[in-house]
Amino acid sequence: MRPRLPAAPRWYEISNEQWVLNRREFAKATGLGLLASALPSVSHASLQPDDEVTPEGIVTQYNNFYEFGMDKGDPAENAHKLTTEPWTVEVAGEAAKTGKFSIEDVLKGLTVEERIYRFRCVEAWSMVVPWQGISLRKVLEKFEPNGNAKFVEFTTLKRPTEMVGQRASFSGIDWPYVEGLRMDEAMHPLSIMVTGLFGKPLPKQNGAPWRLMVPWKYGFKSGKSIVRIRFMGKPPRTTWSLLAPNEYGFYANVNPKVAHPRWSQASERRLPSSLLSPNRRPTMPFNGYANEVAGLYSGMDLRRFF
Amino acid sequence: MIWSWWIALILFAAPGLWALVAIVVDIGNPGQMLGADAGETLVRHFGEWGLRMLLVTLALSSLRRRAGFTQAIRLRRLAGLTAFTYLSLHGLSYLWFLAGFEWLQIREDLVERAYITVGFAAWLILSVLAVTSTRGWQRRLRQRWQTLHALIYLAIPLGILHLLWLTKAGYAEALVYALVYAILMIERLLARRSRQTAS
Repeated sequence: MRPRLPAAPRWYEISNEQWVLNRREFAKATGLGLLASALPSVSHASLQPDDEVTPEGIVTQYNNFYEFGMDKGDPAENAHKLTTEPWTVEVAGEAAKTGKFSIEDVLKGLTVEERIYRFRCVEAWSMVVPWQGISLRKVLEKFEPNGNAKFVEFTTLKRPTEMVGQRASFSGIDWPYVEGLRMDEAMHPLSIMVTGLFGKPLPKQNGAPWRLMVPWKYGFKSGKSIVRIRFMGKPPRTTWSLLAPNEYGFYANVNPKVAHPRWSQASERRLPSSLLSPNRRPTMPFNGYANEVAGLYSGMDLRRFF
Repeated sequence: MIWSWWIALILFAAPGLWALVAIVVDIGNPGQMLGADAGETLVRHFGEWGLRMLLVTLALSSLRRRAGFTQAIRLRRLAGLTAFTYLSLHGLSYLWFLAGFEWLQIREDLVERAYITVGFAAWLILSVLAVTSTRGWQRRLRQRWQTLHALIYLAIPLGILHLLWLTKAGYAEALVYALVYAILMIERLLARRSRQTAS
């Protein structure tokens, strides 16, 4: 079969000249060259017509990364202290290849793809972000998880000497930050490990050197600066669900019908949200990715498993 | 002394003036001062300064007792009304920017989100105190005025509870307010006891 010509823009591509330029530079910089124009795609998911990419200055300066402070601007201010080279990842649990790996070894041979995803925070704000990343499935398969692996746990770095938020009193969080997915969620084609943003290496305040991105779940499910991956038979005990079990469930799928005790989830503010145009819009089930992922939860009561 | 009143007015109004400048700047140049989530920034700004001004209102009478700053008592009404103004703007910003004046949504928030219920209750209390803050009402209510205005001692912990409940993580700020409130209350108890032993 003849390879198809790259004619129509793929679903994750948005006509934004500046951004297309960055994309090419990124492809050159990473040595992907022509490969970058022949990336595999998830053809059936689509951005909404009014999804505009959030400005880079907002994506990189409006962050919830409590390891670097509680305010949205704190991570951009404090994350430069983090050392990301060398970066070691520990793999544990139900897999054939466990142990410590350098991130370079893990990423070797894997293709970086571009994904423009909606990003919805549990605090009822959202963005549209052009990520570069690697299929999470391909990363996890490198470690050859066995049949007992039903869940996978992701742990964020704990290094109080470089992470000022971890030294704060009364934060309420028991470090390190732990999140997790069911195995089939992790293996879904939409789930990626992010290594770049706007065609540049991932900024530290966004979770360098790599972070998870699961676009149909609230942002807190997608852990940053991951140092440990554990394959498990039981659901991992995740940070927020331990802190407030009635507020944060294990699944945390974006769902306008299940209100959070602090925020109605029926609508969201798409950033930038300014005084004259607050940019409020209804929230979509599974953050608009229902066609792709609703099947993962068929037969489940999503009010109970929130 | 008239000077202390004017200086206090400028100090108390400063957070409001900042908000005014920020709003004007942001209308011309979105995000410049209020950031990516402008409504949220305003809601937070007015809420925090409202709570701080309530604590200032309490602190003024302690200042009079402990530091001999006799003028402080004249500033109390100004401080209290400033707090009420900020908290009203806090509520208005929430209605406008976060709830988009969607009344079904607002009703759900009031009924189902305890921190909003509590915050609204505190604002209701303060609105009664604001209305009755005039000399005329002081005369009309006589001794009952004191009793009524003691409700500020309830409004403040409700405000702190509101902040604690809405905080996801990072309780330091709310705990600082709680500590200041506790210190001011202890000061009042001590003052009362020394008055009783003196008489």
